[in-house]
Amino acid sequence: MKDVLNQPAPLFQFSDQRLQYQGRTVLDKLSLSIASGERVALIGESGAGKSTLLKALREQHPDQVAWCPQQPGLVPILSTFHNIYMGALDSHSLAYNLLNLIKPLPGARTAVEPIAKQLGLEQQLFSSVDTLSGGQQQRASIGRALIQQRPIFLGDEPVANVDEYQADALLQLICQQHQTVILALHDIEQALSICTRIIGLRDGTIALDAPSDQLQASDLTGLYGAS
Amino acid sequence: MSAPNSNKTSASALRNISFWFAVSALLCLLLVDLDISTADPWAELSLMAAGALSPSVWSWPTLLSSLANTFAFALQGVTLAAIAGFALALGYRFTLVRAFCAFIRSIHELFWALLFMQIAGLSSLTGLLAIAIPYAGTLAKIYGELFEEVDPAPANNLPVNKRRPLSEFFYSTLPLAWRSMATYTSYRFECAIRSSAILGFVGLPTLGFHLETALSDGQYSEAAAFFYALLLLIGTLHLWLHKRLLPVYLVAVFYYLPPQATISWQLLVRFVSEDIVPAPLRGQTLVNAETVNNVNQWFYALWQLQIWPGLINTVLLGQISLVFTGLLALVLLPLNSSLFLHRRWKRGIGDSLLILLRTLPEYLLAFIGLLILGPSMLPAILALGIHNGAIIGHLLGRYTEELCLRADADRGITLYFYEVLPRIYRQFLAFLFYRWEVILRETAILGILGIATLGFYIDSAFETFRFDVALLLILVSAALNISVDQFARYLRQQLQLKTVPESL
Repeated sequence: MKDVLNQPAPLFQFSDQRLQYQGRTVLDKLSLSIASGERVALIGESGAGKSTLLKALREQHPDQVAWCPQQPGLVPILSTFHNIYMGALDSHSLAYNLLNLIKPLPGARTAVEPIAKQLGLEQQLFSSVDTLSGGQQQRASIGRALIQQRPIFLGDEPVANVDEYQADALLQLICQQHQTVILALHDIEQALSICTRIIGLRDGTIALDAPSDQLQASDLTGLYGAS
Repeated sequence: MSAPNSNKTSASALRNISFWFAVSALLCLLLVDLDISTADPWAELSLMAAGALSPSVWSWPTLLSSLANTFAFALQGVTLAAIAGFALALGYRFTLVRAFCAFIRSIHELFWALLFMQIAGLSSLTGLLAIAIPYAGTLAKIYGELFEEVDPAPANNLPVNKRRPLSEFFYSTLPLAWRSMATYTSYRFECAIRSSAILGFVGLPTLGFHLETALSDGQYSEAAAFFYALLLLIGTLHLWLHKRLLPVYLVAVFYYLPPQATISWQLLVRFVSEDIVPAPLRGQTLVNAETVNNVNQWFYALWQLQIWPGLINTVLLGQISLVFTGLLALVLLPLNSSLFLHRRWKRGIGDSLLILLRTLPEYLLAFIGLLILGPSMLPAILALGIHNGAIIGHLLGRYTEELCLRADADRGITLYFYEVLPRIYRQFLAFLFYRWEVILRETAILGILGIATLGFYIDSAFETFRFDVALLLILVSAALNISVDQFARYLRQQLQLKTVPESL
């Protein structure tokens, strides 16, 4: 990705905002802007507000966002093919979608198959997702985001259930295909190596916001543990 | 599809079973009579609609007393059934008890009523027993399964040095199952009111009696008054039938309508020792070759003329109605789901419509359908489908509320087919298979209205005082219901569907 010059209008912006989750304030007085082209990692303990922030980010540009939530929300008895294809439902007619549900159509297969191959799911393409392992399910969920071909990727722990080696490859793939990437991650090394900017959340505020090349793993440990 | 066989799909089993059910229903459709035989169904329908819009009560005392009778039979019947069902459920692990329960609930309350009428006449005892017996079988099954399902931990934590099974049961199992038992029993009470109303069609003094008279005479305004009274009774139950007032209502109904009958012992002895004995065996003390031959001929003639055609028609009609019920349930479920009706008031209307359709007894619907469309299988299919489809659609709609969908899920029809239908399909089949036995029981009973299912031959046998034939046919219909129940249970296990019903 090329660096953004001359301060263009930010893609996402919050100024002094309060974000709530189920009626409870999670982040207060939030001021934040993220520009197009950035790769941001959200770091913090569970409950720090990463998912709430991602949800609020999505609401700012729902049509440009490829969404990859922590609970993949796959449909159990449908195949991997259908679960990936579901990302593209709104770019086809209802009749096409329904026909494709009954019998996979050639056009849809050409769209889904390369993605499944990149994700290592070509063997499981026509197996029901409830017969897949946790890691395979998570890859199917990423597939649903990839097929949308949107400029922004928002992922909540998108690779938490796959091994480290695969995780790096998947994150690379996500970054290649999206202009702007914002990820909630718990693996600090991963965050530093993949992302250009780190935002650390703690106690309802942004405790840290810096380019990743100015940070070391030890700088981030303060975000965890008892205060 | 070029997919290799190594694909593991959990959908294919569900798809196959649905496919074969649909094919079988289509084949059945080719074999049954679906003609509309009335000259002008719209004229009759508009007369009915006019009646529905101008209800008139010709006699308030009649309306109120039939309303009270309907309530009294239902409450007495369910109370007795709950006590007997509870006792039976204690022994539910014994095969013999389970078989007995399956047997008594496989005979429809109208058939029980027709049987008791021969001994106890059109009495309050007949009405009470007709409801209490089949309901005891159903409640025993539900209670028994609930007892088996409760968390065993509390019972396992009790001291084991000296086992007191019954005390353990009352201290651990019963308290855990109590709430579900109460919920299910109160749901069954609503069904019992429908059953009680329907008993009027064979002569007992409930709402159905006057409904039948008024409808047959084309007095649609009067029929409408009784019809609305039934809806009002069921629709307002939750407002006035409180748990704490139950003892008061119980005393009241037993005071108002004490179960009694003048039973002639002579008649009873005759009924048991002669009337229900197959004709060729009557008065025979010795069984010789000739008697055996006569019985064979008697049975063979019955089989050819009544049992076989009755069985075939019951199965055909039951299968079509089952599949139609399923389709209708899938169409109706969005009416009770906030995933499809976002506005509260819209969903309120949709839900009320489903509850209204569910409240209408299928027997009454079929009777009205016959008046409009003339005698064929069509009104029966419509009646069974509407009533049962609304019940399952209502439950499924509520079930969709528990689904967790992603924030970026699609909407409308796409949401229905890609997200909702695949997620609820197992539950849908589980509900449908539970309902199968009920649908078949109802199919048999609709014969009394003139559709040539087993009930038709049973009713004719009673009318011609051939009680031996009536009993044999009732046993045949019971055997059919039990087999279908067993088959549905087998399918549920094979497809790993949920095995305990909630409110079916």
